[in-house]
Amino acid sequence: MDTSKLKYSSTHEWVFAEGDTAIIGITDYAQSELGEIVFVELPEVGIAFDKGDTFGTIESYKTVSDLVTPLSGEVIEINSALTDSPESVNDSPYDDGWIIKIKMTDPGELDRLMTQKEYEDSPKEH
Amino acid sequence: MPYIANTPDDRRKMLQSVGAPGVADLFDQIPSDVRFSSELDLPQAMSEIELRRHFANLANANTSGQQAACFIGAGIYDHYIPSTVPAVVGRSEFYTSYTPYQPEISQGTLQSIFEFQSLICRLTGLEVANASLYDGATALAEAALMASSITRRSQWLVSNCVNPAYRETLATYSWASEYELVEVGQSGVVTDIAELEKSIGDDTACVLIQNPNFFGSIEDIAKIKAAAQAKGALLVVSFDPISLGLMKTPGELGADIAVGEGQSLGLSMAFGGPLLGLFACKQQYMRQMPGRIVGATSDAEGKLAYVLTLQTREQHIRREKATSNICTNQGLCALAATVYLSTLGRSGLRRVAELCVEKSHYLADRIADLDGYKVLSGAPFFKEFVIKCPAPIAEINARLIENGLIGGLDLGKQYPEFADCMLLCVTEKRSRDEMDALVEGLRR
Amino acid sequence: MSVDQTIFEYSSPGRVGVALPESDVSSAGAGELLGSDNLRDDLPLPEVNQVDVIRHFTKLSLANYSVDRGFYPLGSCTMKYNPKINEELASLPGFSELHPYQDESQAQGTLAAMYATQEYIKAITGFDAVTLQPAAGAQGEFTAMMVFKKHHEKTGQGHRHIVIVPDSSHGTNPATAARCGYGIKKTPSGPDGRVDLDALKEALNDEVAAVMLTNPNTLGLFESQIAEICAMVHDAGALIYCDGANMNAVMGWYRPGDSGFDAMHLNLHKTFSTPHGGGGPGSGPVAVKGFLAPYLPVPNVNKQGERYFLDYGSRDSIGRVHGYYGNIAIVLRACVYILSQGGDGLKNVSENAVLNANYLMSKLSDAYEVPHNTRCMHEFVASASKQKELGVKALDIAKRLIDFGYHPPTIYFPLIVPEALMIEPTETESIETLDSFIEAMLTIAREAETDPDILHSAPHNTPVRRLDEATAARKPVLQYNPEG
Repeated sequence: MDTSKLKYSSTHEWVFAEGDTAIIGITDYAQSELGEIVFVELPEVGIAFDKGDTFGTIESYKTVSDLVTPLSGEVIEINSALTDSPESVNDSPYDDGWIIKIKMTDPGELDRLMTQKEYEDSPKEH
Repeated sequence: MPYIANTPDDRRKMLQSVGAPGVADLFDQIPSDVRFSSELDLPQAMSEIELRRHFANLANANTSGQQAACFIGAGIYDHYIPSTVPAVVGRSEFYTSYTPYQPEISQGTLQSIFEFQSLICRLTGLEVANASLYDGATALAEAALMASSITRRSQWLVSNCVNPAYRETLATYSWASEYELVEVGQSGVVTDIAELEKSIGDDTACVLIQNPNFFGSIEDIAKIKAAAQAKGALLVVSFDPISLGLMKTPGELGADIAVGEGQSLGLSMAFGGPLLGLFACKQQYMRQMPGRIVGATSDAEGKLAYVLTLQTREQHIRREKATSNICTNQGLCALAATVYLSTLGRSGLRRVAELCVEKSHYLADRIADLDGYKVLSGAPFFKEFVIKCPAPIAEINARLIENGLIGGLDLGKQYPEFADCMLLCVTEKRSRDEMDALVEGLRR
Repeated sequence: MSVDQTIFEYSSPGRVGVALPESDVSSAGAGELLGSDNLRDDLPLPEVNQVDVIRHFTKLSLANYSVDRGFYPLGSCTMKYNPKINEELASLPGFSELHPYQDESQAQGTLAAMYATQEYIKAITGFDAVTLQPAAGAQGEFTAMMVFKKHHEKTGQGHRHIVIVPDSSHGTNPATAARCGYGIKKTPSGPDGRVDLDALKEALNDEVAAVMLTNPNTLGLFESQIAEICAMVHDAGALIYCDGANMNAVMGWYRPGDSGFDAMHLNLHKTFSTPHGGGGPGSGPVAVKGFLAPYLPVPNVNKQGERYFLDYGSRDSIGRVHGYYGNIAIVLRACVYILSQGGDGLKNVSENAVLNANYLMSKLSDAYEVPHNTRCMHEFVASASKQKELGVKALDIAKRLIDFGYHPPTIYFPLIVPEALMIEPTETESIETLDSFIEAMLTIAREAETDPDILHSAPHNTPVRRLDEATAARKPVLQYNPEG
């Protein structure tokens, strides 16, 4: 995945948009802060979320974080491979470690996300 | 001051290092308006000799199983405790250790919990077990809470044949967590399955059954399971671990979650506590399970080792989103159960279960022959059964204790329809002589 | 001492660890009596002889650290010595072989000890009524919050749905409140590590049911403005709960009931010397003000003349929180302890607990940062922030302490102190023990500068080394599998 083409949220999710669908994952920074990922709780396909909703959780062995969707939409695909190999989020956060694919209800929301440069320059707190 | 080593000299030295003129200065964070300035209203300190005398007097003021043969059960049982159990549990390496948060120096506790979980899985026929909860009553309540979070439904359906104290605990928890508790009546000494089938609705999270039930009788779990499953409700079975020496397991009977009181596994009755909440469930619900869990892994050198795992479910990490607020297990009690099951093993536990069945049926048969008495337990029972008596239970029990016999539970208090009925229990500890004496005591 | 074998691997068909009697009655066989439909196929328990059972668990015990083996400065856990007389007396057969449903006339000794313990707790905490039923501290908290909930319901305040906890609180506080259906509001601590009164005032309103506070707090500091805090909470129509985890600091010096708290719990396994048992059984009695007494769980122990009885009287009770009356054998141990100390003795306990903690803090605050470096109560929180700059974390220091023969302090708690090392020596440690611990801590601080790798790879001489906790959580193996 060419990370310069992605959009980023302040809660450390990345978005790859194509047409009215978007793939969402967590950034390399986020996975390194969490440490070794041991479990990803995924939503069911078909569930609709509003921007800012929690769509799942991601766990290292000593912490747990909410997964927040930066876009509104309906889940059309989940990365079920993460159930057996959650470490993909560590090893390959932008490719094998993707988390969900949604059908956007408001692609205009993309404009409010950060570019790679903006994300890299943003203050990091979690 | 046998438990404090600091001498006046030590204290002076330490105060100097701290830079405080006196010990009182260390408490100057406590403002005078809230500082306690009188003496605590407590008895004078006692020496060991005085303590020993005082507590021996208190212990002697009880009429314990030492002086009388116990025929009462109803959830707490007078089973035999093999000598291995106190020998191991009394080791201070176990009882003076903390929760095993530092696995490198807690492998003893961790491995024993891992073995405990393994034994409970084998006993119940389910795939995962936790490190234990407070007691059978709260384990049942935790199971109901877990069922609600799995199914996102809010109604708990409980049979009237579940231990009344457990149902009271369920009522407390359901009120606090804002779930609905519905009770289903009984037919004789078993759950009224027709009523149960009618009561299960689309919002029923779980059906809560005890087997053998509070009256000692065996329930038709297959039917209950079918009814629950048809409506998408989970089946929670509260079991007696001793009965599983012989009886079909909750797993075989289709339970989604199985809970039980583990006191029978090597713990003394101790007036009802500490106890041991057993908790097991199907693999698919593992991450919704409350309480501590130990898992196997390896250390930096590749050696097999044990560690607390799946901790992100717990309060110290997930705080208000935790699966439960529970911090501990009943560590030492779980260890007792592990030693108990290891000592008895396959043939021993089966023998204990057989003795319970055979002796309780012997006693029931003898009582059935008595004038004025009637055995109400028609369905197969395990070690407890209900009898109807010709006089108030309190009167009969007062007579029995004179002869060194602790009679059964007066059922009329909890079940008005069982006025003048007694719930009797026979464990492997009761001898034929004791049972014959009980029959004689009832006869008069 | 390493243990490789599980109990299952000692098993061989035909072995048994105890002799059981033959049946002395003539009846049909158990299988026939139960009916074949009710029988299980197999009972896959191990078959082990007694010698192997004892050797196995003895080996396991030797892989444990324990208070009887050494110093356990585990902050917030009060790992004091567990007196042997407590164990012995609580296990007298007169107590242990008593069934909870025996007639009260047959249980007068135990009931008397329970009643006395309730009275002692009232005297020590300054409250009016006590329940012994909660089986652990967390359940005590839960009980107290349910009592609050019931009170609000009964007084037309049932709409209150928020519980306030400070950001320094123990994780059980929010978890407990959530279990009572409450939402959580977190308030920040002030720069001095205590409750920020302005922030609290702002958070209080008509929706707040309760505030949960630990005093002394988790930084080991006494909340000096506690009277104002309680008044403020009450003015807002809310109730205030004291997490009694740190009572060991203030016995005979401060009674939470006197300063305006409405309820508190005690951990008998901390303050009152009952053993931790590798994680239980604990016991978490709850003490409340008189106006909350009707809501306490039933039954309670009461007294009429010289006769003790189980009192089921209160109709407004929240009900039961335990199948029977609580962890009575633990209550008995605490009762023995309180009587072994008396009022002066308990005051002396707190004095020495506080003195020991301040002594440790004074000796360690050069080598380690102590964010709130004033006087502490019975514990203090240091930070490995200086060492972190050298690439050494609190975890590394904790693990290295094991090499020196100590149990590590509590680490990474409270959450508001980075790289926290929470140290609580308790009163039962001698100055010699404290001095050698100080020596170890200073050595480790030097090692962080000169030889950080020895810290990263610690501990070195333990039955096992650092564990792969990620794999344990990724691919959970939760029971013994002979093929695995």
